[in-house]
Amino acid sequence: MATPAGSAVPAVAPLSLRSSRKHYGEKVIQALLGLCALVSIVTTLGIVISLLVPALEFFAEVSPVDFLTGTTWAPLFDPASFGAIPLLVGTLSVTFWALLVAIPFGLGSAIYLSEYASPRRQAVLKPMLEILAGIPTVVYGYFALTAVTPLLRSMGLQVEIFNVLAGGLVMGVMLIPTIASLSEDAMAAVPQGLRDGAYGLGADKLQVSTRVIVPAAMSGIIASFVLGVSRAVGETMIVLIAVGQQAKLTFNPLEGVSTLTAFIGATGNGDLPTGSTEYKTIFAVGLTLFVITLVMNIISIRLVRKYREVYD
Amino acid sequence: MSARTLTRALVGLVLPLFALAAAGCGGGGSDGGGSISVDGSSTVGPYMTAAAEGFQKENADVRITVGVSGTGGGFERFCRVETDISNASRPIKEEEAAICAENDVEYVEFRIANDALTVVVNQENDWATCLTVDELNAIWKPGSTVDNWDQVKSGYPDVGLKLFGPGTDSGTFDYFTEEINGEAGASRTDYAASEDDNVIVQGVGGEKGGLGYLGFSYYEANDDTLNAVAVDGGDGCVAPSVETAQNGTYTPLSRPLFVYVKKSSFAEPAVEDFIGYVLENEIAIAEKVGFVPLNAEQLATAKNDYQTAVEEAQG
Amino acid sequence: MSARKVRARIFQALMIFSLAVSMGVLTWLLISTFIDGVPALDSKLFTNPPSSVPEEAGARPAILATLYIAVLVLLFSVPIGVGTALYMEEYARKERWYNRFLEVNIQNLAAVPAIVYGILGLAFIVRGIGVGRVLLAGALILTLVVLPTVIIASREALRAVPDSIRQGGYALGATKWQVISRQVLPASIPGIATGSILALSRAVGETAPLLLIGALTYVAFDPTILGPFTALPVQIYTWVKLPDAGFQALAAAAIMVLLAIVLGMNALAIFLRSKFRQRW
Repeated sequence: MATPAGSAVPAVAPLSLRSSRKHYGEKVIQALLGLCALVSIVTTLGIVISLLVPALEFFAEVSPVDFLTGTTWAPLFDPASFGAIPLLVGTLSVTFWALLVAIPFGLGSAIYLSEYASPRRQAVLKPMLEILAGIPTVVYGYFALTAVTPLLRSMGLQVEIFNVLAGGLVMGVMLIPTIASLSEDAMAAVPQGLRDGAYGLGADKLQVSTRVIVPAAMSGIIASFVLGVSRAVGETMIVLIAVGQQAKLTFNPLEGVSTLTAFIGATGNGDLPTGSTEYKTIFAVGLTLFVITLVMNIISIRLVRKYREVYD
Repeated sequence: MSARTLTRALVGLVLPLFALAAAGCGGGGSDGGGSISVDGSSTVGPYMTAAAEGFQKENADVRITVGVSGTGGGFERFCRVETDISNASRPIKEEEAAICAENDVEYVEFRIANDALTVVVNQENDWATCLTVDELNAIWKPGSTVDNWDQVKSGYPDVGLKLFGPGTDSGTFDYFTEEINGEAGASRTDYAASEDDNVIVQGVGGEKGGLGYLGFSYYEANDDTLNAVAVDGGDGCVAPSVETAQNGTYTPLSRPLFVYVKKSSFAEPAVEDFIGYVLENEIAIAEKVGFVPLNAEQLATAKNDYQTAVEEAQG
Repeated sequence: MSARKVRARIFQALMIFSLAVSMGVLTWLLISTFIDGVPALDSKLFTNPPSSVPEEAGARPAILATLYIAVLVLLFSVPIGVGTALYMEEYARKERWYNRFLEVNIQNLAAVPAIVYGILGLAFIVRGIGVGRVLLAGALILTLVVLPTVIIASREALRAVPDSIRQGGYALGATKWQVISRQVLPASIPGIATGSILALSRAVGETAPLLLIGALTYVAFDPTILGPFTALPVQIYTWVKLPDAGFQALAAAAIMVLLAIVLGMNALAIFLRSKFRQRW
């Protein structure tokens, strides 16, 4: 930078601990690392673009109102019908049964781990929960079809070969670790002082757990439920293998239905024939799925932040 | 163990896997062999898969992949120059041929087997042994609301009717709807649709009131869980079988199965040899996977077409 | 016993019961898979390609492809993930809007369903870059799926290193990168390794994204990175759908192989975590 002629020599700069040599290497490294960070931004952009563009084309041909309120889903037939309600109801139905299992058992496990189990027991039991979380979903799907459905039938329930109940129950087991670990984190964050105070007043474990800890950790616990819903909505393989691919509008868990994810998985595999409206339904459904899970995630993040704030 | 040792251990684990992967870098198969990509009908799929297995045993350097996107899906990829061979359970449609022409894809059609499109019911279904075309039409026509067996024919029990069938990309779907409902593609939409015939087998096999339709080979392979329904096409009930399909008495649901081969792919020795192998062993392959072989006349025609195509490619 | 004590005991029993149910189902799953799969568990599973005849079928191309994919995902996701984590923890100024956006972005990406990544991959990696339906595309997509997890785990590992270590380094005149590369990173390697291995085990078990990019084809030859492929979870899915009992047994056997790989990785990660728990 040239000093304009005639200007005074600047006063001595204040002492600085910064090195006087320029470290170009440092700048390069910082740039490289920033580039790494850019990958995730590009990924999000990619997801949004790859979903939005064909989905908008789709909605130019099929009115969003028809899509969101129509009750017949037959996009590949002629004449085609694009009412997505059966898919949404299917997703909702499976999610309901999944949470019916995951919430009580997940929360119960969390309370046990947080309030009752000794550190030694915790060290053994927590990894076992992690194992449950690590099982690939295709394995859960196989289990639902080959072990759970026959079991339900032997119990006298007239389930169809592909049905919501088997898939929902197994999905619930899959979600137990999610709910358990997040709830347990929330409960662990409750200051010990609260517990000690309650014990000091003569409360027993039951009272402390239900009246002190759980309410105190409530926002974290709810966050875990919301995350559970999000994962249930986005789960594909269990549904593809065990719940069926027929877009039926029914809440009956003994029947088979199709869900948002099952439709994408069944229709999109192999090849996507380009250009036609049927092809674009995959993106419209994908966009719906993405928006639902996005909203759930934002709610969940807000809730987690809320419980973190209270005690930090 | 310090973190440094840990790092070294992990690197020691990963490097051999790298070497493994590097071995996997060996090019796209253009080392002396050749690669053939096949896609299309899920009815014809098992036939071509069995053929590919047999062929690859004798020619280990040829890489064949077989997909089952459905007859329609297969043609899409074929006409977009993505595959060498397209399997089809119905002849190519005009619109599809037009797309191929647009993309300069010339092809040869080979009839490689016959099929008796089979209507299947659950093993425990002992009442529906024969259905007429009209009864099938009443069940499957667009807008049909038949949902119980007692609505199909008087005397049938009160058992819920659960329908399974191919999806719209399937040649089987096109063929069945054309023969039974009068127009290809005209069908009720509230059934469990899948491009994968195995799902239909699983579905019908698991539901007492199940009804579905699929290629004969899938019934043959699963005759312990499924029963075939005899079809009355106007001349009495005829059950599907190799004989009735070959002599034409199983109407209207006996049909030809095709493969379409790109003329430009014929120039490749791998493709030429493969198709030659398929035709040479047609009867054996068909019997192995439960298809209806071509009769002598049809086989001769196919072999003739093959010769012509080979000469064209070389000339 | 007083009513209160009874209630307390019942409550405790219920809590234990919850955990017991989870463990019980896990055990049931493992045992029933084992029983179904043992008949088909022999060397053929590892040496033979798939076949229409169950007695001759194996999962060799699928197993190889899964191993290659694992290596590739490790190769891609760890540098990018750790790099991003380093940027966010050590370099980024948290008040800047773009850095806060980055945080939110990664948290959201971590919860996007895998099948949406499949759609992304099909649009941009298979067709866009034109790589085609090849193993590399599958590996790239799975990298994106697990990247947020690697980033989050690496950030935790970096954050666990006390600031005093960094300050000490600066006080001795080290540059930022020197402090990071010689103090912070080595200290956080166990945490990073644990997180990466867990993320990798997830990538190995993912099916949906691979389905969308056409991994379902019949592939009877050993896979190459730029060739068509099928992975172990996809092979299992293919076999599960085949009604023949022989294929169901094969599916169960292949599941055992997949579980061995995935649970093995999980066990390794848990072992690393407990062994290298740093005490500052």
